[in-house]
Amino acid sequence: MADAARAEIINGSGTIRLDNVWTRFGGEESWIHRGLSFDVRVGESFVIIGGSGAGKSVLVKLLIGLLAPERGNVIVDGIDIPHATKGDLYRTMKHIGVLFQFGALFDSLTIWENVTFGLQDRGLSDRELRRIATEKLKMVGLRGVEDRLPSQLSGGMRKRVGLARAIAYEPDILICDEPTSGLDPVMSDTISELILQMKERLGVTTLTITHDMTSAYKIGDRIGMLYEGRILACGTPEEIRTSSDPIVRQFIEGRALGPMSIGGEEA
Amino acid sequence: MESGPEFLGSMWVRMAWISSIGRYGVDSVARYGRVLLMLVDTVRCTPQRPLRFHLFLHQCLHVGVYSVPVVLVTGAFTGAVLALQTASAFRLFGAENLVATVVALSMTRELGPVLTGIMVAGRVGSAMAAELGTMRVTEQIDALHTLATNPVKYLIVPRVWAATVMLPCLVIFSDLLGIMAGRFIMVDVLGNSPVAYYKRTVQFLDFEDIQIGLIKAALFGLSLALIGCYQGYSVRGGAREVGFAVNRAVVSSIGMIFVINYLVTAYFF
Ligand SMILES: Nc1ncnc2c1ncn2[C@@H]1O[C@H](COP(=O)(O)OP(=O)(O)O)[C@@H](O)[C@H]1O
Ligand SMILES: [Mg+2]
Repeated sequence: MADAARAEIINGSGTIRLDNVWTRFGGEESWIHRGLSFDVRVGESFVIIGGSGAGKSVLVKLLIGLLAPERGNVIVDGIDIPHATKGDLYRTMKHIGVLFQFGALFDSLTIWENVTFGLQDRGLSDRELRRIATEKLKMVGLRGVEDRLPSQLSGGMRKRVGLARAIAYEPDILICDEPTSGLDPVMSDTISELILQMKERLGVTTLTITHDMTSAYKIGDRIGMLYEGRILACGTPEEIRTSSDPIVRQFIEGRALGPMSIGGEEA
Repeated sequence: MESGPEFLGSMWVRMAWISSIGRYGVDSVARYGRVLLMLVDTVRCTPQRPLRFHLFLHQCLHVGVYSVPVVLVTGAFTGAVLALQTASAFRLFGAENLVATVVALSMTRELGPVLTGIMVAGRVGSAMAAELGTMRVTEQIDALHTLATNPVKYLIVPRVWAATVMLPCLVIFSDLLGIMAGRFIMVDVLGNSPVAYYKRTVQFLDFEDIQIGLIKAALFGLSLALIGCYQGYSVRGGAREVGFAVNRAVVSSIGMIFVINYLVTAYFF
């Protein structure tokens, strides 16, 4: 029994699977996800695109176990997240790096302490941690900011520090919520490049949420469009680019007029 | 005379009023229930590794050391006004030497702990609600979770225990300053005998009085930190909601201080 369970975990490690997920807040009538299903394979880069308020950030919260779906399965790194014990959940978190939409840096800690937060329990000296922080910050194109506080950085810099923090402990799965929004085109491309490198050099499974189509085409092995609570269309960047679905077309071309219903809420 | 629809209308208004009180009551009970659950969670997380003792010390600095000035001022002026008020009344009976006793007992049993609790609730409980609330709305608490760190253990455990330990220490300062200020008024301002003041202070002041004050202080510290942390931790929304949480943290922790104060006094009566 225990062996069978372990085997399943090994099979599932580095993957994400959502199966017919239904989510809503409280007793509200409106469902955020209505039967959302998709798979991310080991070492794959999956991109989710979708409008504001489509439930993309809520999806991230499902994947890290901060919200539970009302129905359906959420399996990340082989663990049934909504039903995992606290211990299992934290063990899984050590294999997952998350970049939050606004960086979510710890205000009271310096940049290097932020970057190495996930390495605290490894018994490394401060010198060593600083060295790792400097190295990771260099990867995201930042130098000489180790001793600053998050409030002394620009929004784009904070996001890059957030990415450095998410990759510092070399996760198997990297989840990025709008990594390029609010960055200039050059920096957006740098971040996209970095996510691509994580996948290509280190074999990290990446799930990126974005509405920056340039970035989506660049980093996605597959792109799925989240619309009205489920994946409306899913395919390679080429398939999405040439999709004939009018809603997909409207989204990727960024037109205000079209069949897409603009949700009442903007997020 | 009340006509039909109007009468029904006013009935409805009255019923809505009653039901809103009912709902408020249920909400408050539910809220205190959730605060207690957070206490249980805090106690359960406390012994878990890593202990992170430095976070506790850091909070002790914030809750305890930085609160000393405001607590000293409060204690001193309370002791002084107590001495002045009782002196003017007791003079009528020629019982001025009892002023020392009144000051010592009131300070140690009631005023020292309660006023220190209120000052610290305003200074520290509010800051805890604001800090945790901001961390919540900027997803820093979610980020802690993704870095495999239990937010209750990392944020709430050190704050709650620091306040529980530091409040009694602050109350000792407050008691001392209050008694010294009472002596200053009686001896240096009103010209009474210092020996009599000293005698009357120690004659009726038992260790038990001080102990009750310190037990109260520890409970005040526990509840103000717990309520401050709870309010901050459970914020949903944005900056506006953080403001409301700070507001609620201060009001309900001060209210709680009065309730606990009564209960402890009644228990040891
Ligand atoms: N904590 C919450 N309580 C209630 N509704 C929420 C909450 N978080 C998000 N929502 C709602 O869920 C929907 C999706 O939000 P979100 O996932 O943040 O959108 P986005 O796709 O832009 O990231 C929005 O309509 C939002 O109002
Ligand atoms: Mg979002």
